[in-house]
Amino acid sequence: METEQLLFFCIVLFAVGALSALVPVKTFRFIPYLFSLAGSLTFLFLGLILTGITPVSYQALSSSSIFEFSLRGDALAGFFIITISLVASAVSVYSIGFTRNSVYASLSGFFINVLILSLYAVVLSANLFTFLISWETMAIASYFLVTLDRSEEASRAGLFYAVMTHIGTAFIIALFFILYRATNRMDFEGMKAGITAMPTAVKTIIFIFALIGFGTKAGIVPLHTWIPRAYTVVPPHVAALMSGLMVKMGIYGFLRISFDVLGQGPEWWGITVISVGAVSALLGILYGIIENDLKRFLAYSSVENVGIILLGIGASMMFKSNGLAALSSLALTAALFHVLNHALFKGVLFLGAGSIIHSSGTGNMEHMGGLLKRMPVTGLFFLSGALSICALPPFNGFVSEWLTYQALLLGYQSPSITAKIVSPLGGAALALTGAIAAAGFVKAFGITLLGAPRSDKSRDAEEVSFSMLAGMAILAVPCLVFGLIPGPALSLLMPAVYLLTGASTTLEHHGVLGIGQTSAALSPIGMLVTMIVMMIAVLVFIRIRGGKRKIVYADSWDCGISGLTPRMQYTATAFTKPIRIIYKRIYLPSRDIKVQYFLKPFFVKSIRYGGEITPFFERYVYEPATRFIQAVASKAKLLQSGSLNLYLAYILITLILLLIFAT
Amino acid sequence: MSFWKASIERDTMGYLQFLIIILFSPLVNGMIKKLKTNMQGRVGPGVLQPYYDLLRLLKKDMVVSTTTSWLFKATPYIVFTATATAAVIVPVLSTESPYSMMGDVITLIYLLALGRFFMALGGLDAGTGFGGEGSSREMTVAILVEPMMMLALFTAAISAGSTNIVLIATVHPAAFSPSHLLALTAFIVAIVAETGRVPVDNPDTHLELTMIHEGMILEYSGRYLALMEWAHYMKQMILFTLAIDIFFPLGIAQSGNPATLAAAVAVYAAKVTGMTLLMALVESSRAKMRFFQLPSLLGGAFVLAFLSLVTHIMMGK
Repeated sequence: METEQLLFFCIVLFAVGALSALVPVKTFRFIPYLFSLAGSLTFLFLGLILTGITPVSYQALSSSSIFEFSLRGDALAGFFIITISLVASAVSVYSIGFTRNSVYASLSGFFINVLILSLYAVVLSANLFTFLISWETMAIASYFLVTLDRSEEASRAGLFYAVMTHIGTAFIIALFFILYRATNRMDFEGMKAGITAMPTAVKTIIFIFALIGFGTKAGIVPLHTWIPRAYTVVPPHVAALMSGLMVKMGIYGFLRISFDVLGQGPEWWGITVISVGAVSALLGILYGIIENDLKRFLAYSSVENVGIILLGIGASMMFKSNGLAALSSLALTAALFHVLNHALFKGVLFLGAGSIIHSSGTGNMEHMGGLLKRMPVTGLFFLSGALSICALPPFNGFVSEWLTYQALLLGYQSPSITAKIVSPLGGAALALTGAIAAAGFVKAFGITLLGAPRSDKSRDAEEVSFSMLAGMAILAVPCLVFGLIPGPALSLLMPAVYLLTGASTTLEHHGVLGIGQTSAALSPIGMLVTMIVMMIAVLVFIRIRGGKRKIVYADSWDCGISGLTPRMQYTATAFTKPIRIIYKRIYLPSRDIKVQYFLKPFFVKSIRYGGEITPFFERYVYEPATRFIQAVASKAKLLQSGSLNLYLAYILITLILLLIFAT
Repeated sequence: MSFWKASIERDTMGYLQFLIIILFSPLVNGMIKKLKTNMQGRVGPGVLQPYYDLLRLLKKDMVVSTTTSWLFKATPYIVFTATATAAVIVPVLSTESPYSMMGDVITLIYLLALGRFFMALGGLDAGTGFGGEGSSREMTVAILVEPMMMLALFTAAISAGSTNIVLIATVHPAAFSPSHLLALTAFIVAIVAETGRVPVDNPDTHLELTMIHEGMILEYSGRYLALMEWAHYMKQMILFTLAIDIFFPLGIAQSGNPATLAAAVAVYAAKVTGMTLLMALVESSRAKMRFFQLPSLLGGAFVLAFLSLVTHIMMGK
């Protein structure tokens, strides 16, 4: 079998890449990334094969019927492999330049190879055992990457991440156990066949466990709290992998269990997923927009985008249970396309943020500014990422959000009133999310890259090396291309949609995108042509009517005082102040003003202003939970007194109890 | 598919109707200004004044801040282009628009959002307090307006069964049903906010602490300013036309027949004049609201839009 050898070859590439990172020679630091690049590109080829043909199974390391390491590739896996490959190859290229003078060099090379390979292994897993091994490898590799920095903050974030991800894994193991008990099969294919006789109550438990377990990895609200912590400390090239891809493994797992294995559920499942998606999208971006740390903001924006993906998935589930198969496919197409798009634009945004932080020496927007003049290429890539993530035409984010809108608006065709009302409300949530995201990225781009530099380091910032730029280009170019010509990208995910919903969409995607039921159409390429024609027309018109005029350069208007300083610019905090005030019921802000006087009340010596928001979920969910667990643990500690006599007594008591009850 | 195939064979009017928006949008702004001044007992400039202003600005040199980057100079062109592309999508006189294949009502709103995104960035590029203030407020108002406007449009789209503007205009959804009246009210509030009119913003002031739109474009001069202003006029007329297409489409030409078109021109002109009168009335009878009172106005409109949706789904009209 040819693909089997190909797969084996890929695994060897990553393994050699990981091992080569352990060679402690500084000149060879780029080698592991060359291997991960080669591995990703080969996997890309494999992914393209998988979306085209019938599923392929591979058996390897088979030791017993239960603990069997087996891989299987189908259309869904193929689509995710393509997504992983695009981002992983860009990150590999970027890392060559990024880690050249970095402290994290060799370990990062090792764990990045392991992480990428484990991502592929998760989507290729054919049974529960393989899935869990890959899932844990992914968690452990990413844990070490989070704590790479070895700072106090990083180790705290790492610990928090490890705990959260294992809570998620506990739910996944529980649901796998239920599945195994019910169907007596370890492999997903076998479970699918055995699931039909399962009562709905058990299915519901599996669905809820899947939502919590995989939702923790995907970062749905309120299980999102590890995301901003981890992404703030993780190096940006790893953040691109984690946010673009690892988080998507949560989506993959949820799709595999709730769509592929469980098949169809009652309508409220879909409505639950839509609600979770809408809440995650809104709260994610609302918490994100007030963050002044660039990476933290991007982290929250990942929560938002997972919410948008879940809106599509939820709509698809809802339509499926209402028997609207074609609509179900349309919604899932939108969701999967957003999975791909988010991986691309969040990848380029994190890599761009990495370059910006690398050059300006700070992650805080308040110390940046004016970087577009100093780093024009990075700035351009960051801009294209920002336009894509704000769903502005003609970039790819617009197409997937447009499809999501179309799917949600067709919800009125559902027979139930709840579905009819919930779906357009999901659309309104999407519109609100989009508007807040646009404000957020105006801030993230405008304060960081425009205006005057707010610190000396930003003033002296320089453009980053070629390989870092190339890494960003690998992701930025598809953002525009998939936005203009979405057809080929949609063809890649159509087989996966068909696999999960059992129906093909009425979506016309060759040339003009068109929704069959409604004659709503979209032609990004037509839009681009119109824009170009308009641009030429206006340039010609201005030249004829206005002639050639010169540009006079002068200082910005300073109201007559002489000399504006960078400190007089609008700050990142000020930019989002209106939003903080308007949504105060969500932020629960507190402010602290201390005024010192020479002579009360007229002569003020100093004013100290401090403001912060209440981290709602941390304070009212996580802290009480932590306190409860600690209280229980300290009670349980009484058992462990350290006294040998007591332990002997335990043994004696156990023995007596056994003798009484076991006979 | 037959719908699209048929749309290839359109007459020239269908292809060129967007020029009406590009060419007459300054006139509409002049009319609003004239009506407003008359209502306030003043004479005011002539209705053609915006054209004179634009032509004068085109012939001036530009003063550009040394702080700015290339984005500052690219912004006016991008804003103009994005708005002009939105103008292409909206059918003006005739439903025989070939451009309904290019995008729908959602595309139109997002093209306007593209213009706003760049305008807000342009405001931040000069590094002044006013620009930043304008950008921050503009994006905040957008957060309040956009979902409300979309929800009002959703009601229309759901009752027509499509987001395609031509189809919404053709289907003639039961005119002035309860849900339509509610959606229309919300949409008019959205237009007032989006075009920067009293009570949301004051287009006639350069008072530093209250301006939103004027703050953002404060550093622009010469042809850059002309393009920004022109784009703003176009956006206003696009929103008027969208309201007409969606809420009172009666009278829009359904064929390329010259007599029908002539009637459509008259009806359209009357409807746009009605919109300008409404805007002038709103501006003359209301005082500008404090910025942080806006959420209650726009939130109220959101509730109306939501009620309109629920009414439509529960009552079916």
